[in-house]
Amino acid sequence: MKKKITMTVTDIRSLAEGVFSMKLRYPEGDMPKEVRPGQFAGLYTNDPSKLLPRPISICRWDPESGEMQFVFRAAGAGTASLAAQKTGDKVDMLGILGNGYDLEKLAGKRVLLLGGGIGIPPMVELAAALNGIPGSEVTAVMGYRDSNLFLTEELKKYGNLLIATEDGSIGTKGNVLDAVRENGVTADAVCACGPMPMLRAVKKFAREQGIPAYISLEERMACGVGACLGCVTKTVKEDGHSRVRNARICTEGPVFDAEEVEI
Amino acid sequence: MREATCRVKPDMSVNIAGVELKNPVMTASGTFGSGMEYSEFVDLNHLGAVVTKGVANKPWEGNPTPRVAEVYGGMLNAIGLQNPGIDVFIERDLAFLKQFDTKVIVNVCGHTEEEYLEVVERLADEAADMLEINVSCPNVKQGAIQFGQDPKCLTDITAKIKKIARQPVIMKLTPNVTDIAEMARAAEAGGADAVSLINTITGMKIDIEKRSFVLANKTGGLSGPAIKPVAVRMVWQAAQAVKIPIIGMGGIASAEDAVEFMLAGASAVAVGAMNFHDPYLTQKVVDGMEQYLLRHNIQTVRELTGAVR
Repeated sequence: MKKKITMTVTDIRSLAEGVFSMKLRYPEGDMPKEVRPGQFAGLYTNDPSKLLPRPISICRWDPESGEMQFVFRAAGAGTASLAAQKTGDKVDMLGILGNGYDLEKLAGKRVLLLGGGIGIPPMVELAAALNGIPGSEVTAVMGYRDSNLFLTEELKKYGNLLIATEDGSIGTKGNVLDAVRENGVTADAVCACGPMPMLRAVKKFAREQGIPAYISLEERMACGVGACLGCVTKTVKEDGHSRVRNARICTEGPVFDAEEVEI
Repeated sequence: MREATCRVKPDMSVNIAGVELKNPVMTASGTFGSGMEYSEFVDLNHLGAVVTKGVANKPWEGNPTPRVAEVYGGMLNAIGLQNPGIDVFIERDLAFLKQFDTKVIVNVCGHTEEEYLEVVERLADEAADMLEINVSCPNVKQGAIQFGQDPKCLTDITAKIKKIARQPVIMKLTPNVTDIAEMARAAEAGGADAVSLINTITGMKIDIEKRSFVLANKTGGLSGPAIKPVAVRMVWQAAQAVKIPIIGMGGIASAEDAVEFMLAGASAVAVGAMNFHDPYLTQKVVDGMEQYLLRHNIQTVRELTGAVR
């Protein structure tokens, strides 16, 4: 059941230059029954000139405390205003949105998690979930611009962590796939979130390896609930809902089997 | 307290071209899908009508992405009328809407006259209470915009649709014209049972860092509170020009906004882009309008229509 709920900020901090972590607590009784890694929520700013929720992926969910953590880059005025919130402030949230990663397909496998930049945060919840499934093995390869790392401590808790930086200051110089090749990482499946050029490369890599790749796509969104058809991606086959070769990223996605989308 | 208990519940019903709506609040086409997605948030039984996303004779792919962009006080969209085509629409979307005690208004789109007529014909025996004809989408290149921007064409296509339509016909007008009153008169002359306005206003956003258009389609339709004063003005002008009922829309964000449209001359209203801001908004507008009537001791919502001259 999707809802628009007023959440309370319980923690807000900068993790790296321009990257913020915000924890939002659910009001009593409004908690979602299930949250899957890779799902997202729409966060509203308190600026009345901005109508649309910002789609932000869930970094961590703690059903015990009712706290949901979001890690985002303050890229524009909307996310900057979210970053300016303080503990105790209220933030309206539309959630929980999207399909998330299908853990059944990943259970018992050696799973390679690839995160690029602000595509890293959802990989933390995914790594944690996979770590809790017996027989599943997690190798996380995360790509950063430079030595301004974030979420590395969290990721290390749930599996092996390799790092790539564009400037070579830490780990492999280059992108996540450079790090995968340099370290000879092999896997049974890949899960990835990051910029489009990275996802295209991941699709090619998975094809070469003969393993499935589940990629999380991003697009400008309006409603977030599948009504407006703003955020579509081209699909290989006719989509069951739209009946054309377009699937809604907010509803059928954001996670797709790379072989099912044309990117 | 005594005063409040003496008051009778105001009559919220309106009649548009012979169709009785339990209240004047509808959804604006394209902002509510076919109701399915928002039925998680709103009880569709409480709405005056659900106006569906535009449907054509065949499935349409729509425009490339990005299709939407946020702007100050509103948004731009250039979806390009992606839709699953009339067959799937009837089988799935109309079947879904039939379960609810609300009126169903099917928005019809096409590239050519023949395409519009084909959809209207297909809907003849279906559970649609009214048809809304989208002759005003700014994001579809072939045909559609000309129908809505040329009074002669508008009269002509209205007459042709009226000839075969079994349901009352609402012509949806574009604000991208010099004289909205002339366009409203043109629709009325063609036999339209009602007009709805405004559709989106053509706009553009440029990313100055990338030095490129934000929308893949370059231009898009502006909606949201930013356009409300223009919409209220146009509803008022149309109301002075025609006798047929007007369905007013454009940036409605509250019951107060809805009342404003009614006072300007609308007989019903539609909530559009602001559904994306608040998925519960349609219900809030219904409740708030009722409160307004109580507060002003007005017995029927119909008394609001055109009360400001």
